[in-house]
Amino acid sequence: MAGLSDPMVPSPFRIQRVRKETHDTFTLELESANGADGFPFAAGQFNMLYVFGIGEVPISISGDPTKPQTLVHTVRSVGAVTQAICKLEHGGVLGVRGPFGSHWPVEEAAGSDVVIVAGGIGLAPLRPVIYYLLSNREKYGRLALVYGARTLQDLLYKPELEKWRGHFDLEVEVTVDTAATSYRGNVGVVTTLIPRVQFDPLNTVAMVCGPEVMMRFTLRELEGRGIGPENIFISMERNMKCAVGFCGHCQFGPTFVCKEGPVFRYGQIQAFFAKREV
Amino acid sequence: MAMETLERILAEHPFFKGLERRYLQLVSECASRARFDAGEVIFREGERANLFYLIRRGKVAVETSTPNRGPIIIQTLGEGELLGWSWLIEPYRWRFDARAVELTRAIVLDGECVRRKCEEDHQFGYEVMKRVATVVERRLQATRLQLLDVYDGVRS
Repeated sequence: MAGLSDPMVPSPFRIQRVRKETHDTFTLELESANGADGFPFAAGQFNMLYVFGIGEVPISISGDPTKPQTLVHTVRSVGAVTQAICKLEHGGVLGVRGPFGSHWPVEEAAGSDVVIVAGGIGLAPLRPVIYYLLSNREKYGRLALVYGARTLQDLLYKPELEKWRGHFDLEVEVTVDTAATSYRGNVGVVTTLIPRVQFDPLNTVAMVCGPEVMMRFTLRELEGRGIGPENIFISMERNMKCAVGFCGHCQFGPTFVCKEGPVFRYGQIQAFFAKREV
Repeated sequence: MAMETLERILAEHPFFKGLERRYLQLVSECASRARFDAGEVIFREGERANLFYLIRRGKVAVETSTPNRGPIIIQTLGEGELLGWSWLIEPYRWRFDARAVELTRAIVLDGECVRRKCEEDHQFGYEVMKRVATVVERRLQATRLQLLDVYDGVRS
């Protein structure tokens, strides 16, 4: 944990900018309200965001790890706390604890092909990876982003997706579940795009984030393409409360998601990943 | 010469990957090339399904129409994929529309011709059925995932 001194004490951060991504998802840019200089983090880590008087939720950091001056979170309005966060405007203040948890293996992946598979809002915790990889493009082989969402209206970061697609050295495949006949892109579930992506399975690191059922089927496809469980990484979600491994709310088999996760090597959790009881 | 080229193209297509040479020869007798411009309708729901397509380049939208939402795309198919299996199953009628989204090149196969060869040589028929069954299984799994609405997780 690099950002704040006491992991249980939130620091005030002021909202500098709010961008509406979809009908229920917003991206907030925050700066320290007490003059702290930047917020270093690693791609894949999360913060606890506290709305004063309402409650606290774990939210992945979705900004650029090479530009830590601004803290960026993408929040989907689904519960009391996230609804309150999404109602905040420029100048509003949030409490922030973090950054917490493990991170995506961006350095370990150097020299390999990298395949990123995201579903729905799962692109948010992976966006820092894309920033990092593009900033250090020469260190990697082929790069591919495979992203699925329910509809075109549910796609996050549309301007950036278009920009990334314009890169000659990043393959971007986007799909939606259904679309009007005027749409010229891909339609189908995200797993159907995996066979189309170019990579060397023996020398590829895959990073996957999305709802658990989507990740389960994605893992099968990736393994089917020959990527071993030691080279697949997934970001897990559980009910994180303290974020420092004290309370046990986020226990996942023998691990705590807030501490050993949220990013896990699939080989490490494979034995209990798909068990309903865990 | 043209047959030889078709045979080679068929051998390179993932659908027929690994098929014995003698069977590739059989298939090539039922095959020809096709090209569809962007927006061109390939087949329509309810029409007789005499043909099927192995997509080599481009993208095809499988479409239907719903009372509330009008015409929608339910799936897109691209390079290396099979378009159409209604030619194999009675009553041999297309269940959906298919339209080229962009310039699309494909090998078109005469379904009646392939069916006849399957009947004449059951070993060949089994090879074809295994391949079609694999495609059907993958599409069924994908459809189940679409029905599950897999992106509707609560994570932020």
